[in-house]
Parts: sequence; structure tokens; C-alpha cells
Amino acid sequence: MDYLTIIQILDSSVRLATPLLLTCLAGLFSERAGVVDIGLEGKLLIAAFLSGAAAAVTGSIWIGLLAGVAGSLAFSMIHGLASITFKGDQLISGVALNFLAAGLTVVVGQSWFQLGGRTPSLSGDGRFAPWNLPFSDAMAKIPVIGPAYDELISGHTALTYLALLAVPLSWWVLYRSRFGLRLRAVGENPSAVDTAGISVVRLRYAALVIAGVLCGLAGTYLASLAAGFVKDMSAGRGYIALAALIFAKWRPWYALWATLLFGLLEAIGNRYQSIALGDIVIPVQFMQALPYILTVIILAGFVGKAIPPRASGQSYVKER
Amino acid sequence: MSAQNEAGRQETVAPTASATAPSVPAIELRGISKAFGPVQANKDIAISVAKGSIHGIIGENGAGKSTLMSILYGFYKADSGQILINGKEVQIADSQAAIAAGIGMVFQHFKLVENFTVLENVILGAEDGGLLKPSLAKARKLLKQLSDEYELSVDPDALIEELSVGHQQRVEILKALYRQADILILDEPTGVLTPAEADHLFRILEGLKEQGKTIIMITHKLREIMEITDTVSVMRRGEMTATVKTSETSPEELAELMVGRKVLLHVDKKPATPGAPVVQIENLRVIDEQKVERLKGVSFEVRAGEIVGIAGVAGNGQTELLEVLGGYQNGTGKVVMNSQEIDLSGKHSNGQTRRARGIAHVPEDRHDEGLILEFQAWENMVFGYHHAPEYQKNALLMDNAGIKAMTQSSMDKFDVRPPNPKLEAKSFSGGNQQKIVLAREIERNPDLLLVGQPTRGVDIGAIEFIHQQIVALRDQGKAILLVSVELDEILSLSDRIIVMFDGQIMGERIPAETNEGELGLMMAGITDTKHETAGADQ
Repeated sequence: MDYLTIIQILDSSVRLATPLLLTCLAGLFSERAGVVDIGLEGKLLIAAFLSGAAAAVTGSIWIGLLAGVAGSLAFSMIHGLASITFKGDQLISGVALNFLAAGLTVVVGQSWFQLGGRTPSLSGDGRFAPWNLPFSDAMAKIPVIGPAYDELISGHTALTYLALLAVPLSWWVLYRSRFGLRLRAVGENPSAVDTAGISVVRLRYAALVIAGVLCGLAGTYLASLAAGFVKDMSAGRGYIALAALIFAKWRPWYALWATLLFGLLEAIGNRYQSIALGDIVIPVQFMQALPYILTVIILAGFVGKAIPPRASGQSYVKER
Repeated sequence: MSAQNEAGRQETVAPTASATAPSVPAIELRGISKAFGPVQANKDIAISVAKGSIHGIIGENGAGKSTLMSILYGFYKADSGQILINGKEVQIADSQAAIAAGIGMVFQHFKLVENFTVLENVILGAEDGGLLKPSLAKARKLLKQLSDEYELSVDPDALIEELSVGHQQRVEILKALYRQADILILDEPTGVLTPAEADHLFRILEGLKEQGKTIIMITHKLREIMEITDTVSVMRRGEMTATVKTSETSPEELAELMVGRKVLLHVDKKPATPGAPVVQIENLRVIDEQKVERLKGVSFEVRAGEIVGIAGVAGNGQTELLEVLGGYQNGTGKVVMNSQEIDLSGKHSNGQTRRARGIAHVPEDRHDEGLILEFQAWENMVFGYHHAPEYQKNALLMDNAGIKAMTQSSMDKFDVRPPNPKLEAKSFSGGNQQKIVLAREIERNPDLLLVGQPTRGVDIGAIEFIHQQIVALRDQGKAILLVSVELDEILSLSDRIIVMFDGQIMGERIPAETNEGELGLMMAGITDTKHETAGADQ
């Protein structure tokens, strides 16, 4: 394996990790506020569909982005209505949204575009253009650092940079701002927040708004990356993001590393369709299943003790 | 309901108790009523609390104390009535409004974020601006000041979960003071404290009172009312039945006002006549799932016809002791029951085999372990004994009608109200739930009864009854192991007292030859009881 290959795999990891990272951060805000968000998958899917459709119709991915975020946000608010306002079960509400998204996208897509549930292919302004950072062409000629800069650091789309920027930003918001303090508190002990005279409901909705926007970005990114919406294109990324969130112990920087790890596994699986270890050939299916296998391992608790926010999953009912 | 005139104005440095100038009460309630459906939780409540005084509110569970406090803190809106703070009527629509009106609340179950630091908890909801840094710095300074002024020292950077309950409570008080509360309401503040911690709390409250703060303390402990309050109101069935000067009343009178009839505050029992040992425990050890040693080699015996009381602050191994004897925690060591050894682990160690050996268990937590709240009383009445032949109709079916009839007679005997076997367990009050558990265990005629916190959350009237039942069982020659965090209960019920601290036995005392002070020090892990001065802070 030569240096360039490594750089290419890493570059691909970053590309594949971007939607996971955005989704993971979405889950982080939501769960830190005490709302379990199994509906990340559904939000991702609805955002991918709406952005793909809007971008196909208008020819602009930026309009697609708006549509995707709006769709994801709407789903987030339904989740909020069911689980915060009406104190329903958060898991059930989330799962219902996942089913809704899986069905709705295909049905609406088919009746709209008659392409078997797909949206028309996106091209040109219908996709995010890579950003070439300054001097990347010139730097490319420098050995070692050059390709790393040109391939790995430069040349991603705006959303990738935004996702990476969202990590320190999330950390700062959570640990350095009043909003973050209250958000974390509401996920740990909502009655403490309530008795301090702050609205639990408003805080949790605020968290879901952030989650909705982040999922919207992630879904749009998927549609842009694949040049259009395809049935079930989120392919479990919402769940993987949840696994990464547990792996990351609900912390922003850990979320970055966790999603990069998943991205790396996916990149390796994509690049090496089969690996021969002596006489044994590892089949392609195994390679592609790697991220999912890791998910199972993580969820089975092989990563040490991960303590979720204490009030996560519980709707808040005022006590006497 | 006369206004108290003894307090001075807040601006004056220290109000003297003898000052007679009339002043506006710090807090006054007029005609507060609140109904939940058909239940009148508060009926025309009126109180007036003078500035710089400590006012106690006492009453049984369900008397409406908590509802009243919830109204004061903006959780509920009263159906009618007025709240006046410093003579001005205020509307308390939510907690924010209560805080703005200068009311601070210390709840029975602390409202703290466990994995936040003390500082973070203090500023939560009272931050200055969007960034935390300036707020934290300000809080740190103020906390230092407050901890010097009163005896309120806590490490500002400690996580709440690392603090003892006594310190956690101080954080709650600091939270209220940080919000510049002038009226501090404490709900059952000593329920979780050691005697030394409770004394410390009272010193803090005295200090606050001297600074002109007004304190309202809700409790069911008569002794505390007598010890610290200036005036006391008694609530019964949603009504304020009396407000009296503490110096002019007695515990007996207060108990009678609370319950509505004369109550025996002390358990009436004959001296014990202990017989042969029923259970002998040697070097009993328990290591929990986190590999922490909870019981560190405990040895004692309980004889027939005696009540052995285990005193200790919650979490010092008493729970594990009950669990291992009850058969749902593994242990090592030797336990001999009626001269036969008991398996402490393995497949023969479970509740079923323990019951077969004559051990009955009234668990500490009746909601989690004693009852299934969603099940009806008659079902709860046979749990654990449901395999017994007399409850079977044939090989397949249980004799439900028979069980219901048995439940009915047990309910009558144990004065469970309402005596309805088909009512879900959760519909009974705490005292009646406890009576159901007690009836189930005592009626099986055990040789050894394990009882954990028999009167936690139970009304005074029911406490009397439960104590009588336990003493009656003793008088039948049964062995009783009692675990309670209520020292009063231990002292009045036990024939021998064993004090536990940190999984070990600190010592054994005879109730008549000891007192709360000595036991309190032992409970705090201080063996040399000659040094009476230590123990307030460890």
C-alpha cells in the first residue's frame, strides 16, 4: 500500500464520515437534552429526498439544501410534538418517523418523477462543488505534504468543512455557553431545570431544531454525493450515527473520531473489494459489512461503559 | 392565626426576639384553596409568617403540605386565595415568579444535576448573560462569602455525585441564597441526614434567621419542630387546624392535632425475654457488581423473642445485609438458621428457599421490592408464597377465590384501608401499602422477620399500628431484625441496637443505656464516643 493510496483512503473516509458526523452531532444535541432520537435515519432520508427533488427541479443544490433542512426540521418537530408536548414514547415516535420517511420518499418520488422512486440525476449546480483551498494546485507538487494537502485537506465540499467546524462549535456551545449548560442539565435532570425557572419544553424543542437542521445538512450531503436520491439511500447511517454517539460517549470531539473511524471502515470496504490473507480470501460482502459489524460490537458494549444522559428517553412530567 | 410581631425589619442588623414593633409578615397566605377533581387538597389555608422567624408546618402524608408548597413555588395555581410577600400581593404563576418574589425552595428530593459541579448547579437558571465564565467567577466569589458567613462550606468544583447528602443539601440552600431568596422553604430537610448533619443544618438555619431570612420548614418529625421552630402550623386533611407558638405546645399536643386523636409516641412494650438464637451470622461479606465490598465481615445473632435494630446512615451496608439474608444478593461467610447452615450463593440461595426456612422479609423499598404496584391487593398478598399448596385449586389453577377471602381477612386484621382486595396496590396510601406487605409476611408465621424501614413514608397513626404488630410478633417468640434510618424508631422498638458504618458493625448498645448523640457519632464512624465535639463535618 503506497502513500498515495493511504491518502486516497483517508480522503474517502472524510467524505464518507461527513454525513455521519453531522447526524451524530444532531443526535448529540437531541440526546443531551434528553430526547432519544432514533428517528435520525428518517430525517436523513426525508432530507435527502427533498433536497434531491428540489435540486433536480430547480437545478440548484442550495435550494435543495433549504428544502432538505425544512423537511428534516418538520420531522424533528413532529417528533417533538409527539414526545415532548404529548409526552409520548420517544422510541416509538422516532421509529414511526423512520417508517414514514422510508415509505413517503419512494411513493412521492415515484408519482412525481416516475423514475421508480429515484429523483433525476443531479449535475452541475445541482451538486455541491468541491472547494479547492488556496495553493492546492501549487502545493500538490511538493512531495509528501503536497498530496496530503491537495487530496485530503483540500477539495471537499462546503458541508464537509461545515461539519468539521461544527465539532468545536458544538463543544463550545455545550460547555461554554448558558444555553449549553441548560441543555446538558435538561438531559440529566429536567426537574432541576424546571425548578430553576427555565422551560424544559422550550429547551428540548431548541435541541430538536438544532438536530433537525444538522440532519437536513447531512441528508442533502448524501443526495449531492450520490448525484440524486435513491430509495433507502441513508442505508442505516442514522443508526450508525447513533452507535457512533454511544461510542463517543455523547461528546463532540469523540464524535468526530468515532465517525471518522466508521468512515474509514466504509472507505476500506469500498476500496478493497476482496483481500487475500494467504489462502483465505475475505469476501467483498464482509468488507462492506465492516461498519455495521463495528456498530454491533459497539452497541454490545465492548467499548467500556458509556453512560447516557440520565434523563434521556424520559418525557418530563411535572411532579407534585 | 395571629400575626407574629417578634421580627424586626430586614434592614436592621439583627432582629431581636423581644422587639414588639408590628411589622409586615414576610409571607402571608389568605384563603388558599386547591382541589384536584373531587379531592380538596388545600382548604382555605391561612398562615402568616413573621420576618426572621422559623415556621414549621407539620402534618401527615396527604395532609396537603406538599400541595401548599407547590402552590407557593408556582407548580400549581391555587383555585382561590391570595399570597402576600412583604405585604404585597403576588401572582406566582411559575417557578420563575416564585424566585423573583424571593422564595427559595429546598426540595426533599434535591433538584441537582448529579454530574455538574457545585458552581454549575448554583448558576443554572440564574446565569448572567450567554457565556458561563463571568457567571461562574461571580458565583465562586459569592459562594466563598456565603460559606464564611454561615456554616455553608462546600467545594465549588466538586461534582454533586461526589458529595454527601448533607453537602448536597447545602448546595440547594446556596442555590436559593444565590438567587437572593429571603424566604427559604425546606421540605422534609432532615429525612436523609445523620443526626450530626441535621444539627449542622439547624445551625445554618439559625444563622440565616439571624440575618433576617424567613424560613418555613415542612416536616413530620415532632422533635425537630420542637427544637428549631418559633411557630408551628398543623395541617390535617387539607386544612390548617392550628397555628401555635412552639414554646407553648408539646409533641403530644401536636401529634394529636395532626392525627385527630391521641397517639402513643412511644412504643408500649414489655421487656424482652430472649430465647435461643434463631439466626447466627458469622463473618458475613458481600461484594457488589462494581466489586465494592459492601459488607465487611459482619457477625451477630438474633434470638427468639427479641428485636435487634440496625442503626446507620443509609448506604452503610444495611441494605445488603437484608438482601443477603433475604436471598437475593450473594454473600460469603456463615449464616446458621435454627442450627442449620444457609447457602449464601448458588442455586439454593434465593427468596424461595429463604421463605421455606422460615425467613420472612419486609423489604426497605416497598414499591420496588415489596409490591407490584399495578397488581391488585389480593395478588400482592400471596407473592412469594404463591406456590404454597393452600393457594392451589388443582394442579393447574390457583384458588383465586380463596386467596381473595384470605386477603379480606388479613386486611381486616391489619386495618388496611380501604379493605378492598381488588384495589391496585398503587391506590393505597404508603401506610396501607406497608400494612399489606407486613400482613403477607407476618401471617406466614416466620421464625425470623427481616424488616427494612417499616415506617418510611408512613403516617403517624399507621406507624403506631405497625410498631404494635412488630412487637406482637416478638412477644410470640419470633426473632426480628429491624433496619431503619430513623433513630427514634430504632431506639423505641429495639431490644438491642447494632450500629453499622461502612459495612462494619461499630458497636452494640442497649436502648436504655444509650442516646441519640452517642448513636449518631457511631453512625458517623466515630468509635471513641468520649469526644463529643467531633462529627459535625467529616
